[in-house]
Amino acid sequence: MKKIVITLIPLAIFVGLLTLLFLNMGYHNETVPSPLIGKPVPAFELPQLYEKGTLTEQDFLGEPWLLNVWGSWCPNCLYEHPVVTDLAQSGQLKVVGLNWKDEFENADAWLKRLGNPYDTILVDYKGNVAIDFGVYGAPESFLIDANGIIVHKIVGELTPDNVQNEILPKLAQLK
Amino acid sequence: MLPGIGQFLLVLSLLLAAALTVLPMLGYARNSQTLMQTARPLAHVLFITVMASFVVLVVLFVQQDFSVLYVAENSSLELPLRYRITAAWGAHEGSILMWVTVQALWISAVAKFSQSLSLSQISRVLSVLGLIALGFVAFVLFASNPFETIFPVPADGRDLNPLLQDFGMIMHPPLLYFGYVGLSVAFALSVAALIGGEINEQWIRWSRRWTNIAWAFLTMGIILGSWWAYYELGWGGWWFWDPVENASFLPWLAGTALIHVQAVSERKNAFRGWTVLLAIIAFSLCILGTFLVRSGSITSVHSFAADPFRGIFILVLLAIYSGGALTLYAFRANQLRSRDTINLNSRETLLLANSLIFITATFTVLLGTLFPMIFEAVGKKISVGAPYFGLMFFVLMIPMAVILPLGSQLRWHRDDMLAAVKQLLPYFIASTLLTVVVWLIFKPLNIRAIAGIYGGFWVLTATLGQWFKRPGRATAGFIGMSVAHVGVAVFLIAMSMTEHKDIEQDILMSPGITKQVGGYDFTFTGVDRVKQENYQAQQGHVEVRRDGRLITTLNPQKRFYPKQQMPMTEAAIYVGWSKDIYVSLGEAVNQEGAWAVRIYIKPMIRWMWFGGILMLTGAIIGLFSARIKRQEDKQRDHVMAQQLKLS
Repeated sequence: MKKIVITLIPLAIFVGLLTLLFLNMGYHNETVPSPLIGKPVPAFELPQLYEKGTLTEQDFLGEPWLLNVWGSWCPNCLYEHPVVTDLAQSGQLKVVGLNWKDEFENADAWLKRLGNPYDTILVDYKGNVAIDFGVYGAPESFLIDANGIIVHKIVGELTPDNVQNEILPKLAQLK
Repeated sequence: MLPGIGQFLLVLSLLLAAALTVLPMLGYARNSQTLMQTARPLAHVLFITVMASFVVLVVLFVQQDFSVLYVAENSSLELPLRYRITAAWGAHEGSILMWVTVQALWISAVAKFSQSLSLSQISRVLSVLGLIALGFVAFVLFASNPFETIFPVPADGRDLNPLLQDFGMIMHPPLLYFGYVGLSVAFALSVAALIGGEINEQWIRWSRRWTNIAWAFLTMGIILGSWWAYYELGWGGWWFWDPVENASFLPWLAGTALIHVQAVSERKNAFRGWTVLLAIIAFSLCILGTFLVRSGSITSVHSFAADPFRGIFILVLLAIYSGGALTLYAFRANQLRSRDTINLNSRETLLLANSLIFITATFTVLLGTLFPMIFEAVGKKISVGAPYFGLMFFVLMIPMAVILPLGSQLRWHRDDMLAAVKQLLPYFIASTLLTVVVWLIFKPLNIRAIAGIYGGFWVLTATLGQWFKRPGRATAGFIGMSVAHVGVAVFLIAMSMTEHKDIEQDILMSPGITKQVGGYDFTFTGVDRVKQENYQAQQGHVEVRRDGRLITTLNPQKRFYPKQQMPMTEAAIYVGWSKDIYVSLGEAVNQEGAWAVRIYIKPMIRWMWFGGILMLTGAIIGLFSARIKRQEDKQRDHVMAQQLKLS
């Protein structure tokens, strides 16, 4: 019996280690995607792609809107483009583009080729505002309520699936 | 079409791996020759299907098939062909597929080169290896499928991460995988032995070769990783104690303990439980390393896509493989009792001490890697940096260097400790003198540098001395050991010099300005623009002179990859026998063309990697041991005779 106790030691250490790894994973799962959820939109003042003058977060108060981060260089933005277009044309909410780390000529050509789904397009060529939003990469989308609070965030492309099951239900709760 | 074929081949592999797991083990349990005989053919077929699916992925990259998500995300029309091929394993999905491919290759090789094992032994080993393959094929299929398609098909891909567009990074992951997967053979042997409740010298001898090869690959992989970090990250460092680096270093440390203990347990009935346990630990650390890299549990300078589902999947695999093996160990290890007694004054004792030092080092590094996680779990953020690892490692490697010559001096079985120590006296005096000479030339040197150099000379003189005083002809085992130990010495000396006598300067330079660093004159002649295949670069020109004589012109680059919107620093390095001259560009400071320039002088850094290459060369030379071959041949004849009798 005593012998078995000794040979059990490695297993005991391993179980402890495994528990630690597992708990730590859960901890990460909850916190990584959502530090900004429930918080106000970071303050910004950005120029627009096609209009003159700059806009701030204050200009969007009063109705729910979706901020969609994209760039003409990003293949997954191409992939989500039809979904963004559908969502914008459904008229359920205002879709605002954040043209990120791009160049005007490329962004303009991209929109001319595929169509412009956006109500407004903000321009962040240096990427400073995207950093405030905690953007990992394009595309990413933020659902923001009428009071300027971030309600939900989608990392990666919008799909018919996550629009149906995440964006629209959250939007319905806001109304 | 093609992606569908790749996918189909993977499903087929999954079924084959399941068959390989179940059938031979069932055969063993029921003592059915027929079922056990399925093991070897299944292993070969599994390799063919997995390899074919990997080839399909490479073809998809070569053909620029952007309908496959993984290809679209890691390739582009402008990516040169050589990187299109290597992009196949550049990112997560493909790299795990490569792991599975390498795993299948090893399983097939094990099936082929195992004539000295009886059918009941090899069928269990292959069954355990089949279970490992099964888990990883499932991981590819369900959590990281490289054949997933997208619609609409993008016109162009996103390009390969520029960090991975490089020779070192192309070779680094496959080599590590060969090492990781190679250690699974010793692991499978341990589990098979625990299942049967018996193990013998001949079985350990067989696994020793596989461990040596795996360890050699792992060493090469780590050297390449270190070399890549040195020239590609632009910081001039060669080891950062980063979690991802530690992930490859942990199995190496445990593997080093394992190959030294196997040297004892393949010769006599001793340290059996310990050999089995070390093999389990070494491979478990390989999976743990993969988990750390892929789960995003730990923040690292190496950024990989982190995905919680993938993390959980690998954690479950770890729980099944290591948890299962350790449970078996807990209840069966006592059946593997070692019967031979070990004399305290023998090489065996010293090899045991070596394994204890290396396993302590393993747990020290493991603790340092996981410590931030432990603290994070209770809500605090701390970081365990290089100082902790550096100090702990220094403390552990001193006893290693001190006892190494004693271990190779003492004979097997029984010797006279006092006489052995006396015989080492000349080496002690020689190494002391050499250290004093080095100190006089290079002073000031701090205590750590002196200790490292002293330890290096101690190992070097003793190993060379023992070489010339050996009785009789040198066997492959002895040559391998000596070469590897000279490698340890070379590494220790070179590492001490690189770490403590290097010069690092960040200087602001305008065109035409000359600065003196470490006895060399560096003249900055400005920066111009160049355009290459898929990037643009600002290229600086720095002329290096010594006493007015031009040694070289270095052209460090600041690259920009438009597709990935990513800047990269490409250092320019002048490689010399005794030192590297390393120049990299920082930032442009003003409109007049002034730049921040980093100039490093790294003494003996190449020798440090060369030491590592000597170590792995030693492990490979050891494979050609005539003694082991003789015994293997005898065993094979024995097994064949047995089989003939049975049929």
